[in-house]
Amino acid sequence: MRNAYPVWVYALIAVAILAGGLYALPNIFPEDPAVQVSNARTGEVEPAVASIIDVILSAQGLEARQVEEREGQLLLRFDSADHQLRSADVLRGALDDDHVVALNLAPATPQWLRAVNGRPMSLGLDLRGGVHFLMEVDLNAVIGTAMERYTNEFRGRLREERLAFEDVERSARHLTVTFASEQDRAAALTWLNRQYRAELDFRERGAGEDSSLEVTLDSDHLTELRRLALQQNISTLRKRVDELGVAEPIIAQQGESRIVVQLPGVQDTARAKEILGATATLEFRMVAEGTDAREAQRTGRAPSGTRLYFERDGTPVLLQRRVMLTGDYITGASSGIAQDTGGPAVFINLDGQGARIFSRVTAENVGRLMATVFIETTTETTEEDGELVRRTSRSEEVINIARINEPLGRRFQITGLESTREAHNLALLLRAGALAAPMSIVEERTVGPSLGQENIDRGMQSVIIGFIGVMLFMILYYRVFGLIANFALALNLVLIVSILSLLQATLTLPGIAGIVLVVGIAVDANVLIFERIREELRNGMSPQAAISSGYERAFSTIADANVTTLIAAVVLFLFGTGPIKGFAITLSIGVVVSMFTAIVVTRAIVNLTYGRRRRIARLSI
Amino acid sequence: MLPHINFAESNINFLGHRKMAVMISVILVLVSIALLATRGLNFGVDFTGGTLVEVGYPQAVELDPIRQQLADNDFERATVQYFGTSRDVLIRLPPRVDDPDQAALSNEVLRALQAGGPEGVDLRRVEFVGPAVGEELREQGGLAMIYALFGILIYVAVRFEWRFAVGAVLALVHDVTLTLGFFALTQIEFDLAVLAAVLAVIGYSLNDTIVVYDRIRENFRILRKESTEFVMNNAVNKTLARTIVTSMTTLLVLVALFVLGGAALNNFAIALIVGVLIGTYSSIFIAAAAALMLGVDRKVLLPVKKEGAEEETP
Repeated sequence: MRNAYPVWVYALIAVAILAGGLYALPNIFPEDPAVQVSNARTGEVEPAVASIIDVILSAQGLEARQVEEREGQLLLRFDSADHQLRSADVLRGALDDDHVVALNLAPATPQWLRAVNGRPMSLGLDLRGGVHFLMEVDLNAVIGTAMERYTNEFRGRLREERLAFEDVERSARHLTVTFASEQDRAAALTWLNRQYRAELDFRERGAGEDSSLEVTLDSDHLTELRRLALQQNISTLRKRVDELGVAEPIIAQQGESRIVVQLPGVQDTARAKEILGATATLEFRMVAEGTDAREAQRTGRAPSGTRLYFERDGTPVLLQRRVMLTGDYITGASSGIAQDTGGPAVFINLDGQGARIFSRVTAENVGRLMATVFIETTTETTEEDGELVRRTSRSEEVINIARINEPLGRRFQITGLESTREAHNLALLLRAGALAAPMSIVEERTVGPSLGQENIDRGMQSVIIGFIGVMLFMILYYRVFGLIANFALALNLVLIVSILSLLQATLTLPGIAGIVLVVGIAVDANVLIFERIREELRNGMSPQAAISSGYERAFSTIADANVTTLIAAVVLFLFGTGPIKGFAITLSIGVVVSMFTAIVVTRAIVNLTYGRRRRIARLSI
Repeated sequence: MLPHINFAESNINFLGHRKMAVMISVILVLVSIALLATRGLNFGVDFTGGTLVEVGYPQAVELDPIRQQLADNDFERATVQYFGTSRDVLIRLPPRVDDPDQAALSNEVLRALQAGGPEGVDLRRVEFVGPAVGEELREQGGLAMIYALFGILIYVAVRFEWRFAVGAVLALVHDVTLTLGFFALTQIEFDLAVLAAVLAVIGYSLNDTIVVYDRIRENFRILRKESTEFVMNNAVNKTLARTIVTSMTTLLVLVALFVLGGAALNNFAIALIVGVLIGTYSSIFIAAAAALMLGVDRKVLLPVKKEGAEEETP
């Protein structure tokens, strides 16, 4: 009896070794410290900027080793982290607000490898350092915002349509429109139904002089609003993160109301938190001149059509309920110093529609006082009756009151900010757009860069030492067969690395632990086979028959054992979050790969070594 | 060269001692449950919610000045301990339900430490988990374990027979309970990584059990004349070499992970080491005994073909 595989099996193994080696290769090249320059406004860095950068850096003696252009961004590679950091500082100071300068580690994968899509594994935040945030979006706030909008719309449009109504009152979940008679209500309802059928549900309440309409959001429309709010929050977050200058961020939805934000390499977590969760925006309202704000403060009753606000020093002021302009129309904002007062200021650009609205309303109000309201929303969790309740509170402050001297257009400045830092943050937030619903951080995992490197080193060290220990044991215990198993084990590792690289899966510390466990599992398959061969030899089988029978009989056991491990790994993947997923991925890949290496590859080598011999005195097992 | 331990000739009467083995296991399981009920697991921030800050110093530091510094800054409830070395310090803050901005706590802690206490503080790691998220992770973890057990139960029932599936799951529950009991006893912190390890133990322990069951099934076909107990005992003995060698190699890598993997992987490695040891014990002493006690015999596995037979052919 002889043992041989058909030629295609050997060919398959050869392909696996070559492809595995090729795609594992990018991981052995080091990473270059790099600086990434992008244009947050246009998304494309002008070619002229590249030469300006070159001049700026040369002047400081900080030439980049290599400058590449990728997808509209410039990537400058440096020889040392020191040059990288200094260059980034110099460029941040020299380039304007539109340009974002971010630190990055660029893999030094050679061109020919990149050409065949060879990329190194991406390392998780626990290995490269960085911040992971899980943000909860308060989607119930969407109802409040929508109700606010409808209140304003109803007031304006019912009046325009000359439909009689008394008032529009807003409560947490619905609006009530009151009428003087049922006829008025019927007329208004017909018109409202035509305009808002898809969005709102109307219910008639009361009769005669007390007739009213209760207006609630249609449930489908509400679902849609929530979906849009979440999407807008994600895109706003993306813009804010771009403004922060983070290379390769991840921003993704998780579940129904959560967003994951991963920022590799970010060190100033305080600033990241401040910017990501912030909901600052602006509103412009006319001051209700000729009213007594102190009186309103004392009685707690503002005259109709006005609302009580406070300035930063606590002075009360009455403003018109009608908003002239919201922050939604702002397309650009930059911070600087006001020319007249010398205090911090934000220079604002409006889009076409915003500019039209603003110039019309300011033209109507030349000579009157306009207030700039700074709005911030914060979310807090409190415990009530053992239940966790999340509340959103909104702080609205008047930061500036100024007389309109002439109609304002597309570009103007606002002052009254506390510090340049606040001006800078406000400009950033206005540029990135507002959040549709307030968010709060419900989970944070930050790993400092020093710990990240330590985790890589230690993880790798334990893999290597554990690996060597197992290999020594296998050689001592199974001799030539042990050597063959070791080759398969090494190939197993190479294949896992290459598959992770190809899938661009993220390697985390638990992922490394998964690889360590796979080493144990892969060896188990060979132990099962080799023990079986020994047993068959003891039972008096010829070496060739023992090899064949050992592999065949052990196969179903190995398959059963591995499938069950795979079940556990898949469940882990489906239910686990971040760190557990990493473990599940390497474990699953490892289990599948080990079936191939521990059974097919070792058998192929055994066949090549022993299979063709007619007579074997004994096996080295 | 290592001596070839001749497990093949071993003929230890494992099943003869099954009453004692089962009794020991039942006692250990009860003790574990009692420990879990009384002392409970020392859940980490992943499950309780709260904030954890790891900081590093250029040289060894005393903990008391750090505690003092934190207490002076209104962090009285912070617990401070070394992490791995005397240069690494772990600070834990319990969840504050009424704090509007819990996520900012870690930054405040760092600011307090930069303002006073030992010099050269370096932020190494922050983990903040909101109370609601902690609760969810706990639920998800429990669910994951139950789903894994069910998936395995179904697979083994299809591949073997339901009595084997029940036996395998009993062995699993045994292993998991004892591992959890160990964590309740030692009060080693139970975090997400340890949960992953416990789930890996499920996979591993099952591996072992399946290997033994596979051999039992095969033995029934070959040893046609022997008693059920003899057949099973023989299967345990025949797989003994593999069971021990595999446990040894797995333990080898796990010990490497424990010693060299750093403090971050310590608890993970401990969970796996304990789980593998218990899993090895249960696959030798408990898995076959459970199958025997559940009434597995030749008829069940190799049914005489007759109409309407419920048993499935393996």
